[in-house]
Amino acid sequence: MANQDDEIILSELDDDELVLQMHDDLYDGLREEIEESVNILLGRDWAPYDVLTKALVEGMRIVGIDFRDGILFVPEVLLSANAMKAGMFILRPLLIATGAPRLGKMVIGTVKGDIHDIGKNLVSMMMEGAGFEVINLGINNSVEKYLDALESEKPDILGMSALLTTTMPYMKVVIDALKEKGIRDDYVVMVGGAPLNEEFGKAIGADAYCRDAAVAVETAKEFMFRKNNILAAGG
Amino acid sequence: MHLDPKTINDDTLTETGLAATSVADVSGRVLLLACGALAREILALTRLNGWSHLDLACLPAKLHNEPQKIPDAVRAKVRDARARGYTKVYVVYADCGTGGLLDKVCAEEGVERIEGPHCYSFFDGNEAFAERSEAGEITSFYLTDFLARQFDTLIWAGLGLNRHLDMPQMVFGNYEKIIYLAQTDDPILEAKARAAANRLGLAFEIRTTGYGDLAGFLATAAKE
Repeated sequence: MANQDDEIILSELDDDELVLQMHDDLYDGLREEIEESVNILLGRDWAPYDVLTKALVEGMRIVGIDFRDGILFVPEVLLSANAMKAGMFILRPLLIATGAPRLGKMVIGTVKGDIHDIGKNLVSMMMEGAGFEVINLGINNSVEKYLDALESEKPDILGMSALLTTTMPYMKVVIDALKEKGIRDDYVVMVGGAPLNEEFGKAIGADAYCRDAAVAVETAKEFMFRKNNILAAGG
Repeated sequence: MHLDPKTINDDTLTETGLAATSVADVSGRVLLLACGALAREILALTRLNGWSHLDLACLPAKLHNEPQKIPDAVRAKVRDARARGYTKVYVVYADCGTGGLLDKVCAEEGVERIEGPHCYSFFDGNEAFAERSEAGEITSFYLTDFLARQFDTLIWAGLGLNRHLDMPQMVFGNYEKIIYLAQTDDPILEAKARAAANRLGLAFEIRTTGYGDLAGFLATAAKE
């Protein structure tokens, strides 16, 4: 397929050029181009894990940096993440089949009474892009739904999102339920959403408040690094 | 305050707000510090009730999409007002997505704000709105008179819906309905709100609220 502005024929690019083009196409949210490029690399016998890490994850890392620096805004990042999601759709079954390494597992959902999910979906897509397995519970999740998911999925991380001042207190209901059941320490709890802040995260007993998806990914990686170190030290 | 609500410009209210309208000597006068989206309603109420000792200053309504900027912006305006000699300042912002940070600023600056999580709630009546939310009205997106007029600027462009064909679905995919909370009875505004709902592919409902709890709050401010 040709990029109409520059008439680039993706299949004519060598591997290095194609990967760089994929970074640009991710940045521009070009879903079809990403799908084509992923298939081209797979056709050239690239390991699915290499396509994920060198093309998609690296491309989204660049997007994440510009998002954090205020160069890209939520709409652009959503489009980039959507393009990455299209690439992931092709890669996911291949990654499972080839036993690709996973950084960790996250269950994420928007809290009860809240139907906003842009930020949560962005976190979900960027976490998956970074190598996490993500179970996305969707919106309007009761404490029971979170608990059921934790029980069945046994993730490392519980992520909760809220966009309304009136729904964010529900996060404390969920955290308190974890404490009551004696399972609070089994999970890293990360929270986010526009009306939240650091102070709120601490007050409700979360492990981390993440101001955007890029921070969520880095925070999750940091927690997994610490967890793995503790396990390795026999803790 | 002598401003005619019909003479103020929505684009100006969105982008820059409104400077306090008052005489040089503000002793005995009360300042209302509000979101630009509420200017017409506040001016209408003050004219209706003859509250000529109330002055109005507005911050840009575009902060609706950047609520994290509201607390500091309000603090700066409160301090400006005090420096000008106002001893009584009332904040006509709801929590507006500041997650309690605006309340913290109001407490620190010793000013009162109108109750409610957002203007949809206080226009509808906070108690009624809370009951409706409990009853499950969570898949509705609300428009007020101001948002019906400024839909293109604040919602369509403001939320980036114009940047890509997929954006409206990505942002509004979980909503089912637009509820137009009408402060005034205006068929043109109703038509604009209905057109917004069509554009987003959502059902439409009109709910005539009038000024809701705003009237009571301004009456309190006017008594001081």
